[in-house]
Amino acid sequence: MSSVAVQPVPRGGMARMVGRRVTDWLPAAIVLVLGLVAWQGVVTVLHVQRFLLPKPTQIASTFWTDRHALWSAGWFTFQEALGGFVIGSGLAIVVALVLARWRPLGSALMPYAIAANAVPIIAFAPITNAWFSPLNKSSKMAIAAVLCFFPVLVNTLRGLTSVRPSSIELMRSYAAGELEIFRRVRIPTALPYIFTSLKVASVLAMIGAIVGEYFGGSIEALGVQIKNSASLFQFEVAWAAIVVACILGIAFYLAVALAERLAMRWQPAQGRE
Amino acid sequence: MSEQAAAVEIKGVSKVFKGGTTALTGIDVEIHPGEFVSLIGPSGCGKSTLLRIVGDLIAPSEGQVVVNGKSAHRARLDRDYGIVFQDAVLYDWRTVSKNIALPLEMGGWDRRRRGERVREMLQLVELEGFESHYPWQLSGGMQQRVSIARALSFSPALLLMDEPFGALDEMTRERMNAELLRIWEETRSTIVFVTHSIAEAVFLSTRVAVMSARPGRISTVIPIDLPQPRTALTREAPRFFELVTAVREALHLGAEVEPAA
Repeated sequence: MSSVAVQPVPRGGMARMVGRRVTDWLPAAIVLVLGLVAWQGVVTVLHVQRFLLPKPTQIASTFWTDRHALWSAGWFTFQEALGGFVIGSGLAIVVALVLARWRPLGSALMPYAIAANAVPIIAFAPITNAWFSPLNKSSKMAIAAVLCFFPVLVNTLRGLTSVRPSSIELMRSYAAGELEIFRRVRIPTALPYIFTSLKVASVLAMIGAIVGEYFGGSIEALGVQIKNSASLFQFEVAWAAIVVACILGIAFYLAVALAERLAMRWQPAQGRE
Repeated sequence: MSEQAAAVEIKGVSKVFKGGTTALTGIDVEIHPGEFVSLIGPSGCGKSTLLRIVGDLIAPSEGQVVVNGKSAHRARLDRDYGIVFQDAVLYDWRTVSKNIALPLEMGGWDRRRRGERVREMLQLVELEGFESHYPWQLSGGMQQRVSIARALSFSPALLLMDEPFGALDEMTRERMNAELLRIWEETRSTIVFVTHSIAEAVFLSTRVAVMSARPGRISTVIPIDLPQPRTALTREAPRFFELVTAVREALHLGAEVEPAA
């Protein structure tokens, strides 16, 4: 056989992967540090009012002193987001499977799904509060679930139906039925689409839970604490709570990204070209 | 040969697509076991459609197809044929081994037999050492060899090939032609091969069915009497050139008839 260029199977050591990651993240880390320094400098030099913009050091010290309350609130809200994410995304995937299996149903229902997606879902927060009682986690889960539902539905459906015709013909040549075609071709083909939408949904779920809490919720909730501390002029607390929300949102996103990496090990490493 | 039951019998097949386009009309062909028949014709003459009708992937509008003595539909359900497309159509999430084993898995072979068979196939298409590679790590020619190995893995008596080497460069294509003939010798299967390369059709086939377009039909069937086994020297034999010329003229004749049709 003449020499054909073949890339090696990407199975670098963990250490090397981490090493590569460090150089990848270095520029972003530098920007973060410079940004914080600039922020601190501007607030100090221009004597910006505390309620407009606290110094990063003030936020950091609040973040530390109030850490127990903040993280317990964060955990409370995270549970709402996670619950909504699981319910909304799970339902969306099931519905997408049904619509992909029975196409006429899909063409009958998708226009309404897309139209419904244009409704500002957040505006329903007071209504779900009324349905499930504001103190109940379910009311926030409902908002998060609705927010997650549409992007996951649309992407999953697109993935399930974007299979090359010849892939289907191949399965039919093996006398495969619809169920087997779904299991062996459509679902694996849809996985990248599904994970892309799950990453979007993970962020939306956090937003949904927190915003839902603005319309009333348990005092333990992060959104309620942000709202209350802002109205009490405790802006450092509000900012620290926002930092907690960010960290949880990023952690959620990364967890989904990790699941994606594990589920699709066949894919080339997403290194730079 | 004519005493044996036909491997493929196409009787009065025509195909009209929904828009009213007549893709094929009055196709009658009989293909005997062990034959290598090429379908050649201009693009749009319906040669791929005909192949898919044989594989029961498209239903004919008229006529019938008998494969191994049963209806094409029955033959598909019995997994009587293997198919190779222009693209390798490998599943990205499966390794080379697992792609080759796909029809075996679906046929309910146990793990041990699958493993043995995959090893034989890797040897046949000369891809030993690549079993745990994923499709994206292979060149186009290697991918197509995996796809051929997959089609042959369950030893179907009939192999349907739809321009399998159309996307490859000329050098790779000639090498793949030689490999295919070697595999055909070894497996003694019947091959129906769609191509638009005259040289490829003549080099590979025992018969070439020349098709003309609009509506697609078989205008001539040319027997290829080049000696077996065929080698690189075959391509330089005077008889090879005569046959290439004969096929080319038949193609042009078909094209000239077209306005009258």
